[in-house]
Amino acid sequence: MTELLEYQQVSKTFGKQKVLDNINLKIPAGKIVGLLGQNGAGKSTLIKLANDLTTPDQGKILFAGQPISLSSKAAISYLPERTYLNKNLTIAATFKLFNEFYNNFDMQKAEQIIYELGLRSEKRIAKMSKGMQEKLQLALVMSRNAKLYILDEPLGGIDPATRDFILDTILSNFAQGSSVLISTHLIADIERILDEVIFIDHGKIILTANADQLRNKHHASIDKIFRQTFKANLKH
Amino acid sequence: MVFYFNNERPIYLQLVEQLELYIVSGRLEPDEKLPSVRELAAEAKVNPNTMQRALIELENRELVYSMRTSGRYVTNDSVFLTERREALARAKIRQFLGEVHELNLDSAEIINLITQEGGQE
Repeated sequence: MTELLEYQQVSKTFGKQKVLDNINLKIPAGKIVGLLGQNGAGKSTLIKLANDLTTPDQGKILFAGQPISLSSKAAISYLPERTYLNKNLTIAATFKLFNEFYNNFDMQKAEQIIYELGLRSEKRIAKMSKGMQEKLQLALVMSRNAKLYILDEPLGGIDPATRDFILDTILSNFAQGSSVLISTHLIADIERILDEVIFIDHGKIILTANADQLRNKHHASIDKIFRQTFKANLKH
Repeated sequence: MVFYFNNERPIYLQLVEQLELYIVSGRLEPDEKLPSVRELAAEAKVNPNTMQRALIELENRELVYSMRTSGRYVTNDSVFLTERREALARAKIRQFLGEVHELNLDSAEIINLITQEGGQE
């Protein structure tokens, strides 16, 4: 079976700091995978490698068996931690831009999501609240018919209603047979929708497991298991 | 359908248990067609893979059956449904009795109290 995304012996150093240390990881097709780690664990660097935003010092990253390239970028829909939208544009103009840029952008899907948010497409992004801008960004990312969605900390500064919107949007829009990789340190909010979990700490993969099997084994939530695993490292 | 979860037990098992309740209580009727995996997953706000796993487990337990092309249906085996309902009721009663016995009541007192409470509904 070909893995959707695979890291083979990947290491990355920034200055003196080893951010990723010999990462071996496989993301299969058709799964929602949680990349769970504290701030600074290496989550964002791991994600940036798959999007060709940085290169490894050692090792290989393969998408559908091929090195990261323009064609993998076309098949991966990426939500970065920070928003990159041009705030002078309206929603409609932003949709048009995405539609021209990505041939797998589904305009109807995007319009449906902003309709559910109660937004009008003539609205300028600058006039929207920060939370609403984050939701729009997620709508744009999930409206592409991608093979892999990579969401870097999609639960920014969230309230419960926003969390439900984000989970609903992820669940109802990820295309059949595609996968979603979600990085977060807010595990309790998202663990219900995860098939698989990856614990990462200090640039190393500590654990990969099926979420329900892990719950069954420890009789505890993923959030609790995560906290227990990293108790020694928690700064309180 | 409404589903409740806690994160400390496998989600698919909680789905199995709650769907079983819908079935044995008759809220999902015999031979009723179930919504698609994706529709059910959206309703329960869970991952479609998890819902799929739950439905396969319900099939293994013979509470639902599938028709190759047209989806999944609630079993029409009324004897089996009655048995399952009784078994679930017995399990709940055992749990309840365990708790009430801690109050140091004997069976006659418990039955008397149940009759009184039942009469008030």
